[in-house]
Amino acid sequence: MPNSRFPKQPQDASTGGPTPVTANAGPTSSGVSGSPIDDDVMIRAQAGDHLAFAHLYSLHKRRIYSLCLRMVGNVAEAEDLTQEAFLQLHRKIATFRGDSAFSTWLHRLAINVVLMHLRKKGLRLMSLDEAMEPVPDEGPGRSFGAPDLSLVGSIDRLALERAVAALPAGYRLIFVLHDVEGYEHNEIADMLDCSIGNSKSQLHKARLKLRDALRTSLRGERR
Amino acid sequence: MTNDPQQMNCQEFQAQLAELIGTGQNPGDHPHLKTCPLCRALLADLKTIAEAARQMFPIQQPKEELWERIVSAIKNEEASSKYN
Repeated sequence: MPNSRFPKQPQDASTGGPTPVTANAGPTSSGVSGSPIDDDVMIRAQAGDHLAFAHLYSLHKRRIYSLCLRMVGNVAEAEDLTQEAFLQLHRKIATFRGDSAFSTWLHRLAINVVLMHLRKKGLRLMSLDEAMEPVPDEGPGRSFGAPDLSLVGSIDRLALERAVAALPAGYRLIFVLHDVEGYEHNEIADMLDCSIGNSKSQLHKARLKLRDALRTSLRGERR
Repeated sequence: MTNDPQQMNCQEFQAQLAELIGTGQNPGDHPHLKTCPLCRALLADLKTIAEAARQMFPIQQPKEELWERIVSAIKNEEASSKYN
């Protein structure tokens, strides 16, 4: 009999609940199926058990919220998007078949929620495929510049936040997934349905763009 | 255009850099870097950016109230589906 009542607050899996489950909650969880506890929680959540759904929320809320926050740069919007992602998860959880890791599947769902939101805001971005397409008129990313303007030891959080916010959404997404959340290229390729080579190349271009922006900002400060 | 690491110019080295970094190899050992301060500086900057991202953008915790909002939205959805 599934538990039909939601807990007031889900037990926080990261701060020492009785059955902390982390194997399938974050980066490098490359296994298709999780631990037996994960599978049990998943089966119960798919059967409509609200306690099990709360447990999934407690396992994944930080990464999903952080992804949303870094993509939109605004707490209120990030909360709305996290809410929408988990609402969609509740609607669609019965369709999860375990073809990929649950974390990968959930991230893909959340990414689509974020991209849809950005499109509604007027960003020229139609789909995930489009987000992953190389920006026209860009070569393989050659970068030169005076070595005396080094970023080593010179990056501050605000400047980096601004530079990340100014990245095209596709680059920002790869950068956040890899460099902020710590996912590997094979996991990102799974999430975004692109090749591993595409993920590597997009990340590299994102970092080159950030370098340009941060150097420009640094040059401005030194004038 | 050469694939010989000893003979590469900046353009050729940088064209391979995404793959070199992405495969987890240490591009710092590449022969081109021994003679090229520009590409050494580029590599150091890229490494700094990746490290800064992890340090300056920690994984964030959403407010506790968010769970209540999600539960409320799910209940509303379940209630409306009962009447439709």
